[in-house]
Amino acid sequence: MTNLEKYDQLFIKDLRVKKEDLEELKYRGIRSWDSIGHMDLVTDLEETFGIHLNTIDVMDFSSYEKGKEVLKKYGVNI
Amino acid sequence: MNYETILKRKPYSLGRVEKRGFYSQWMTELTLYHRQHCLPYEKLLKALKIPLGNMEEDKIPMLPVGLFKDMELISVSPADVFKTMTSSGTNGQEVSKIFLDTETAGYQQQALVSIGADFIGGERLPLLVIDSPDVLKNRELFSARGAGILGFSIFSSKICYALTSDMELDIKAVEAFLKRYKEKKILVFGFTYIIWKYFYKALATQGKNLELNNAILIHGGGWKKLISQSVSQEEFKTRICSVTGISRIHNYYGMAEQTGCIYMECPCGNLHASVYSDIITRRPVDFTPCEFGEKGIIQVLSPLPRSYPGHSILTEDEGVIIGEDDCLCGRLGKYFKVTGRIKQAQVRGCSDTYEG
Repeated sequence: MTNLEKYDQLFIKDLRVKKEDLEELKYRGIRSWDSIGHMDLVTDLEETFGIHLNTIDVMDFSSYEKGKEVLKKYGVNI
Repeated sequence: MNYETILKRKPYSLGRVEKRGFYSQWMTELTLYHRQHCLPYEKLLKALKIPLGNMEEDKIPMLPVGLFKDMELISVSPADVFKTMTSSGTNGQEVSKIFLDTETAGYQQQALVSIGADFIGGERLPLLVIDSPDVLKNRELFSARGAGILGFSIFSSKICYALTSDMELDIKAVEAFLKRYKEKKILVFGFTYIIWKYFYKALATQGKNLELNNAILIHGGGWKKLISQSVSQEEFKTRICSVTGISRIHNYYGMAEQTGCIYMECPCGNLHASVYSDIITRRPVDFTPCEFGEKGIIQVLSPLPRSYPGHSILTEDEGVIIGEDDCLCGRLGKYFKVTGRIKQAQVRGCSDTYEG
């Protein structure tokens, strides 16, 4: 599985969204991406990619697209 | 008023002259904004003959905190409400309802992160929550307790809840968690009264000691119940340390009606107002501002509440502002102590919601 596939799957699982909605997705844009959903997602991404985000980057992770930039800082290319 | 600029500032970086200027400007602007967007608020201010126009910070009209229980005050379209937060819920009493849209919720979270990071640092830590996971059962509608836990969860890498659904100490889970993160700094978070009653007392009764020497404990809310049991802040610290070894203990003052911009206790034992909020104490006789060192009713002001008119609130708490910009800890802003509840106020704790 590619990094992008893993990335997408975690969004779909944790936020219960469809693949076609991913690109538009923003933190707090949908009910399931609230702070609980956010921390679930971050925890799963960290486990999957073996990284550990600092607090500021957890805050910066504000959309599906922005998340890719954040992970890049940790050497994960989506 | 630009929220991005406000939130970009370091939490304790604004001196008094600059802060007074900003707050007069921000509060004037927000008062006008809420007058235009919240009809009941406008009616109230009109009835009180509050003029339009620029006002000094200490002339900004304030809503008594109890009003959020009697009225649903909201400055956005109901469709834009993302979360509704409730404060207090002691049996039979009315609860405050605070309506948050995504912007306001975001501002509050950013403020909390900046304030928290000043004490905890930027790295996320294993978090031991002294509460039951059930507090977060309803995601759309949660209590001040739930909001506090959620807010602080952003500082966490892994979370362990120390209490079961029945508010029993889950000693096995806690010990396993501590074993797993033995060498790491751990963040412990909870509500003062819950920590005292369901964590400290359970440990003391069972004669158990936990190894948390390397932990930071942050606690807030519900102090009033401990005062009524004659537990002082000093005694709280000493007793908690005796069963856990935690020496870094920070109390905070805050309320559901102004979430995020909490007032953290510094190592000198003073509560601090950050850039994101301010405090004024007022004389009960005529509501004029107190001098530093004089006890009065606490008013809190913050530019963060935009989806509801909660930018200037008269609380039911009493306190003393000790000084401004010159606390020995080095943080700028006013620093103060909360001394108790005003006498006429109904008994209400923002987090004392478990009547077990």
